[in-house]
Amino acid sequence: MADDIRLMKGNEAIGEAAIRAGCVAYFGYPITPQNELTAYMAANMFPKGRTFIQAESETSAINMVYGAAATGARAMTSSSSPGISLKQEGISYLCGADLPAVIVNVARSGPGLGGISPSQGDYFQSTRGGGHGDYYTIVLAPKSVQESADLTYEAFALSDKYRIPVLVLADGLIGQMMEGVKLPAPIDPASLPKKAWAAGRQAEEGRAPNHVSSMNLVPEELEALNIARFKHYETVKKELCRYEEVQVEDADIVLVAYGTSARVSLGALQAARAMGVKVGLFRPITLWPFPYDRLNALAKRGKRFLAVEMSMGQMVEDVRLATNGQAPVDFYGRCGGMVPSEEEVLAEVQRLLAR
Amino acid sequence: MELAFGHPKSLKPIQTKYCPGCGHGVIHRIIAEVIDEMGLQTKSIITNPVGCSIWADLYFDFDSVQPAHGRTPAASTAIKRMLPDHLVICYQGDLAAIGTAEIIHAANRGEKFTTIFVNNAIYGMTGGQMAPTTLVGQYATTAPNGRDPVEAGMGYPIKVCELLATLGGTKYLARGAVNNPANIKKTKKYIRTALEAQMRGEGFTLVEVLAQCPTNWKMSPADAVGWLEQNMIPFYPLGEIKNTLQPAQTDAAAGER
Repeated sequence: MADDIRLMKGNEAIGEAAIRAGCVAYFGYPITPQNELTAYMAANMFPKGRTFIQAESETSAINMVYGAAATGARAMTSSSSPGISLKQEGISYLCGADLPAVIVNVARSGPGLGGISPSQGDYFQSTRGGGHGDYYTIVLAPKSVQESADLTYEAFALSDKYRIPVLVLADGLIGQMMEGVKLPAPIDPASLPKKAWAAGRQAEEGRAPNHVSSMNLVPEELEALNIARFKHYETVKKELCRYEEVQVEDADIVLVAYGTSARVSLGALQAARAMGVKVGLFRPITLWPFPYDRLNALAKRGKRFLAVEMSMGQMVEDVRLATNGQAPVDFYGRCGGMVPSEEEVLAEVQRLLAR
Repeated sequence: MELAFGHPKSLKPIQTKYCPGCGHGVIHRIIAEVIDEMGLQTKSIITNPVGCSIWADLYFDFDSVQPAHGRTPAASTAIKRMLPDHLVICYQGDLAAIGTAEIIHAANRGEKFTTIFVNNAIYGMTGGQMAPTTLVGQYATTAPNGRDPVEAGMGYPIKVCELLATLGGTKYLARGAVNNPANIKKTKKYIRTALEAQMRGEGFTLVEVLAQCPTNWKMSPADAVGWLEQNMIPFYPLGEIKNTLQPAQTDAAAGER
C-alpha cells in the first residue's frame, strides 16, 4: 500500500524514491558510505526493465548519465565525496549542455581520501558549481530519511523543469541511519512528457536533427549562452529558495545549519528553550539557491547568528554574504567525520550570549 | 532511370573544416552511405569525440551527442541502452589514451553500439602531439626526436583491435584504411558488417580506420597516403581482427577475407 510507512536506510529510501520518480537509468560505482544505494538500484532497476550499470569509474558513471540524459531519460548517479570530485567534469558538461540529471552525494570527510564518516565539507564544491566554467547546480540538503526520499523524488521534476542538474547533498549519517519513511506515489516513466531537445526518435517526431553539446568556439556566442543561462538562474532563485525556521521570531540567537547539523542544532535549541534561552533555527533546504534574502531580513531585525556545520566553516560564508555585516555571525564546527553534539552547540550558544 | 551514385542523404552537402587530404571526410561519407543503404538516417545518433571530428555533428544529417574527451563509449553505452532500436555510432579518435578505461569496459560489457576508431597516429586538433598509436620513431611535437618507447617514457604504439579481441563482449573488430579506393571499399564493408551486427544486437563492434593527417604529419596529401601504406599498414594489419558474429550473417564481409 502506498501509505505504508517503511523502516529504511537513507540510502535505500533515496533509491526507492528515485525509482518512484521515474528514474529509468542509474549508473554507479562502489564507495562508502553510499553502497546500499547502488545495491538497492542493482536489485530493483533491472526487474523493472530499467537500466542499472556498475560503471568502471565515477567518471564513466557520470558520462553514462550524460548519455542517458541526452536521450531525455530520467537518469541518476550517486557517490560520496571523492567520487563526486571525479564526476565534476561530467557535471560541468551536463550544465553546459543544459541536461537534467540527479546526482546524489552521501558525503564523507576529506580532503583527499579522508575518512568514511559523515561530513559537510563539500559545501563549497556543491554550491559553487564544482567543476570548470560558469555554472551552478540546484543543491537540495535533506535532514532525514523522509526528506531524503521527498527531495530525491522532487529532484527529478525540478531538474526536468529547469534543465539544470540537481545535486542531493546528504551525508554518511543520513545515508546510513534508519527511520520510518512514507514513500511518494510511483510515476510511470512512459507518462512523462517528451523532451523536444533530446536526441533520438527523430523519425517519429519528424523534426530536424537535435545536437546535444556543450561546445561553442565562438566567444560572442558562448558569452551570450552563458548570460542567458545566468538569467535563467535568476528565475530559479526567485522560485526555488526553500528553508525551514524554528522559533526564529523571538530568538536572541539563530542557529543556521543544514542536514545533519540542523538536527543536532534542533536538539540544542530544545535544550536551550527548556532553560529559558531564546534560540532559533534557520535551516536552508536549498543550498543553491541559498536563501540570502530571508537571512538578510532577519539580520536587519537585529538577530545574531551561529552557523553550525560539520566542516571548518563553509556555509558560514553564505551567512556572512546574506547578512552583509548587519549582524554578528559566529561559527561552530566539527570536521574529519566528527558530528557536533547538542551539548557542544548549546555550550557555544551560552558562551556567545555571555560575551 | 535509377540514380546510381550521388551525395549520401545522411551527410549534409556542405564543405568541411577538415584539412586537405584528411581522412575524416571519406570516413564520414562511407558511414553516411551505409546508413542510407540501411535506411536508418532518422534512427541514427552519433557521439562525436573531442578532437578534429568534434565537427562531425555539423556534417552528419541526424541527431548527435557530444560528450567529454574520451568518454564517448560511456555516453554511447547509455544512449544505446535508452534507445536500443536506434543505430548508435561512437566516433572516436580519443580512444586509446584518455578513453582507454571507457572503451575497454564498454567492449567488455558487450555494449551494442558501433565504434568507429579513427587512427591517424597523431593528435590532430591540438597540433600534432604524440598519440598512443604514433609509430616508433615517428615525429610529434611532444616526441621531437621521434617516439622513443622506453628511455623517453613514450611507450609503444597500441594495437586497439588486438587489445580488445581478448574481451568476451567483443563480436566484431576490423581494421581498414582510407588511403586508396580499394581500402576505402573494404572499410565500407567492414562498417556495414558492424552496423548490421549492431542492429541485430549481437554485441560490441568496432572498426578501426587508418587515416591520413597530412597537416600534422607535415607532408602533402599525396605523400600521406603513401606514408600510411608504407609505415602504418605493416604495423597495423588490415582485415577482420575478430569476427564471432553469427555465421550466416557475415556474407557481406566474407568476400573480402
